[in-house]
Amino acid sequence: MSGVRVHIFQTIGRRAFALFCAGAALSMGALASHAAGTHDANVVARGEYLARAGDCIACHTVPGDKLFAGGRPMATPFGTLYSPNISPDKETGIGKWTADQFYAMMHTGYSPDGSLLYPAMPFAAYTKVTREDSDAIFAYLTSVPPVRLANRAHDMRFPYNNRSLLLGWRTLYFREGEFTPGAGQSAEWNRGAYLIQGLGHCSMCHTAINALGGSSESKAFEGGLIPMQAWYAPSLTSNTEAGLGDWSIEDITNLLRTGVSRRGAVYGPMAEVVYDSLQYLSDDDIRAMAVYLKSLPPHGGEASPPSAMASEEKDRLYPLGSKIYDAQCATCHGAKGLGKLPEFPPLADNQSIQMTSSVNPIRMVLNGGYPPGTSRNPRPYGMPPFAQSLSDEEVAAVVTFIRTAWGNHGTPVSVREVNDLRSAPLN
Amino acid sequence: MRYRFKWLVALLVIMAGHALAQDQGGEHAPDTMQARVLACAACHGQQGQGTDNDYFPRLAGKPAGYLYNQLVAFRDGRRKYPPMNYLLAYLPDAYLYQIAAYFADERPPFSAPTISSVSGNVLARGQVLVTRGDPDHRVPACASCHGSALTGMEPAIPGLLGLHADYISAQLGAWRYGTRTATAPDCMRQVAARLTESDVTAIAAWLSSRPAPADLAPVPRGTVKMPLACGSEAK
Repeated sequence: MSGVRVHIFQTIGRRAFALFCAGAALSMGALASHAAGTHDANVVARGEYLARAGDCIACHTVPGDKLFAGGRPMATPFGTLYSPNISPDKETGIGKWTADQFYAMMHTGYSPDGSLLYPAMPFAAYTKVTREDSDAIFAYLTSVPPVRLANRAHDMRFPYNNRSLLLGWRTLYFREGEFTPGAGQSAEWNRGAYLIQGLGHCSMCHTAINALGGSSESKAFEGGLIPMQAWYAPSLTSNTEAGLGDWSIEDITNLLRTGVSRRGAVYGPMAEVVYDSLQYLSDDDIRAMAVYLKSLPPHGGEASPPSAMASEEKDRLYPLGSKIYDAQCATCHGAKGLGKLPEFPPLADNQSIQMTSSVNPIRMVLNGGYPPGTSRNPRPYGMPPFAQSLSDEEVAAVVTFIRTAWGNHGTPVSVREVNDLRSAPLN
Repeated sequence: MRYRFKWLVALLVIMAGHALAQDQGGEHAPDTMQARVLACAACHGQQGQGTDNDYFPRLAGKPAGYLYNQLVAFRDGRRKYPPMNYLLAYLPDAYLYQIAAYFADERPPFSAPTISSVSGNVLARGQVLVTRGDPDHRVPACASCHGSALTGMEPAIPGLLGLHADYISAQLGAWRYGTRTATAPDCMRQVAARLTESDVTAIAAWLSSRPAPADLAPVPRGTVKMPLACGSEAK
């Protein structure tokens, strides 16, 4: 056990050093003299990096507005939550908190005033974060400019506005405890597992959410529809969805840090994760995450054979879809769906196109989308929206075509499904 | 001489290796802005000429600074139109500027102006407001900022021609009701607040009835001395 701890400490030490060399915060003069404050600056830089890994900014900053001032609305099936101010303002932010209180919040889901946090704050994942990393994040958060902005009250419906109900939720879905390294796994695998299960809080979307707003541990990473956003977060454990078992490590790392790869691109909510968080992570950390993701054992989410009715639907829609594909899609995605890589993603043998849920391919045709502009892919190519130019029938036809052509194993898509998704929220 | 030749060979070998690495695994997308903005073309036309849809405006030839301000406002949600807010959400400033510059440099021809269905009196009122304003209600002429040819001014004041009446009145309405905002001082909000509904109809009808100007380019920065301070012009 202590040996593993030493190993993690060394890993962290190396990473801090790498950040340091990248010139994140310090000058060479400070390195040479070990002047007072050097240690703090080092910790703050590491905290900033870890806050990126935890993607704090995505919820706690309104786009284009003041850093960590909170106030970003988050629609849930139970009402709207407003993220709190986590800038170091003493009255309205976390300026009076101690590192102990911050760790207790991350670790247990209790605020310093004793109130229970709603699980929109991913404390079920952050509980795995080490004390040292929590302290670094706290040091960073207290180093940014304070913003005086009072927290906006949550707008939760009865009975969900009664926070004591959260005690029941916690009993069912919350397991407190720091990350424990997997025995017999490499340091790289454990680093990836730590980031993905902890700060990365990937299971918040990639595990199905049930009617109580909880994600079941036994279904971890098996995929699910993200409530209120109408995007499907694919299974990370099924090779017919976003399971990465048959991807190369290079394709996984490219997808995570640039937003595009030769197997497909990120879009929807995952584009935000790459834009705000993953593009800033070190090559070593991204690789560690890729190694861990690739190792997840495949289970769940396997495709079911199409029913007789689905076959009829397909026979009707496929020829129309083929015609639309040739006219509207083939220029970029190729006559055989091979794409132009990595700019125009392949559609043939692309899990995202043929997986059981057809929500994402329908939405991409309706709404289009750009992968995120990242430091390694600053000028991404975009998919045009077709909501304004194709009818429900035409969209159903072309999505049916791409899900079943070229050996793809998807099921046909109905006109009704397309119509339902026309009103899906776009933000 | 011999040295120079060796360097050349080495360079060619490196370039060939690079080209091979690039070509590995097939065709790439064209490395052009035109290919990158295909997502915009679906509604705004490949050259940003606009389409038949009243609410998908012409972008071509508007100053890059104006287009950039709009792209940033859509990305950050200050200007609200969900399909645009969604498309731009994760694009960095530098890229948005390149997209703006691409459409600013395009000069596709105008489509024929709309035959207006409003009365001659309304059109006349529109012409007065656009060219002379309404001093009694402290409404400056559109031309006093957007230029006498109404083609806009560098770097950030848009041209007003080649747009559909419904688009123009929707924008003026959005400013009046505060759903479209610009950086403070928000001069367009001040102007729009002084307009009546019938003023908006008249301005939109007359502007959309105008033929294409001889020179589509916005006038250079500082050509027009503006009667109001505008935050979007700062920089």
